[in-house]
Amino acid sequence: MRVAGAILALAAALALQTTLAGLTSGASAVNLALVAVIYLALAFGPAAGLMAGTVGGLVQDALAGGIVGVGGFAKTLVGFVIGVLGAQFIVAQSLPRLIMFVSGTLMHELCYQALYAIVEARAFRMHWSAALIQAAVNGIIGVLAFAVVESGPGLLQRRRARGATLSRRHY
Amino acid sequence: MLETQPRTPYRPRTGYLFGGVMIFHLILISAQVQSRAGVPVLESVTFGVFSRLQGAVASAIRGVTGTWTNYVGLRHAQTENESLRKQVGDLEVRLQEQRALAARAAQLESLLKLRESTSLPTVAAEVIAGNPNPGLLTVTVNRGSADGVQPDMAVIAPKGIVGRVIGPVAARAARVQLLIDQAAAIGAVTERMRAGGLVVGAEIDGRPGLRMDFVSNLADVVAGDAVVASGVDGIYPKGFVIGTVEKSERGKQLHRAITITPAVDFSSIEEVLIVLVPARGAVTEETTDSKREDPK
Repeated sequence: MRVAGAILALAAALALQTTLAGLTSGASAVNLALVAVIYLALAFGPAAGLMAGTVGGLVQDALAGGIVGVGGFAKTLVGFVIGVLGAQFIVAQSLPRLIMFVSGTLMHELCYQALYAIVEARAFRMHWSAALIQAAVNGIIGVLAFAVVESGPGLLQRRRARGATLSRRHY
Repeated sequence: MLETQPRTPYRPRTGYLFGGVMIFHLILISAQVQSRAGVPVLESVTFGVFSRLQGAVASAIRGVTGTWTNYVGLRHAQTENESLRKQVGDLEVRLQEQRALAARAAQLESLLKLRESTSLPTVAAEVIAGNPNPGLLTVTVNRGSADGVQPDMAVIAPKGIVGRVIGPVAARAARVQLLIDQAAAIGAVTERMRAGGLVVGAEIDGRPGLRMDFVSNLADVVAGDAVVASGVDGIYPKGFVIGTVEKSERGKQLHRAITITPAVDFSSIEEVLIVLVPARGAVTEETTDSKREDPK
């Protein structure tokens, strides 16, 4: 169930990411696949994080048409590191989670750009403004995703309970 | 569906998985990226790594093979060495046998020549024993009375006079008194100046040798002169070689002090000829009685 949910979340993030990339020309301000990877790493640990990073990164690379493996490498690294950090520290609050998403996104960008610099044998270049914006957006989306997922079961219970009360009133 | 579950704690297995996945990514990237030479990095790195690995393996195999070959070669060499040593030993023994046979043949040849050259009746004899008594220099030969051998018959060798037969004589063996025995004597003359005297066995410088007595101080005898039998003793045939003068000095009295180097090497006598001519009794008695009182 957990694995199916993780795969579904990853697939949804990738689909949404490609859709967004089609809608917005140029660099995207959000990386939903990365958000999903960091989320899974924080929620399920380093193993889940690295597997999600591998699968998500490879699929994203394949869809993007670049060198397959660069994104996978970066996302695997981020998924594993964030998973380990999430297992070591308490990240149940929004602020730590935001920090994790932001730092994960920056780490991903650093690794991604460094790998491309090595592969293409060019100097390392980092668009810090775009990276920071993406980190902030990813952090916000990630924190919101946590809030939605964690408040989801309680909300459903409250709605069911409210529905039952209204039915008795009708009688 | 994605509600937060208890997180999986970090385990070493996860680290191995992480390492494996990262290596997979690197290989994947390397397969797509080309090096400056235009060869895919994966191929280049793989070739480089495997070439080194191949080199190491080849080196290791060469080392093992070389060690094994050397070891086997060493074992073969050891076996071969032992075999060759044995062969060398056998060959040395055979060589000594061949040398002995050649020497024996040479001795027999010279003996045959001597026999043919002399008009005297002779019989060849083989030395079969020495004398256990160190005071008496005699040898035993394998000819005896059955072969016509009698006491006081002369015994000669290709190089010169050996001695004489002394009694008693057995049917198939006889005892020969060597010339260097201190009880032996022989009438002699120097070949160059015909200076006569008596050659007797004597101990010279601690070794058995010959001395020539009764040669006048006036006689011209010098070192290197050949000394031969004079025949006056009635035993030894005239003219046979005794030896050469080693040292000739003027004596304190009437006679010179002369030492002689024997012509015959008495330490290696194997084959001799016995002259089958009976001695003239009177002369024999004189000769033997003058030196030997009682040989036994």
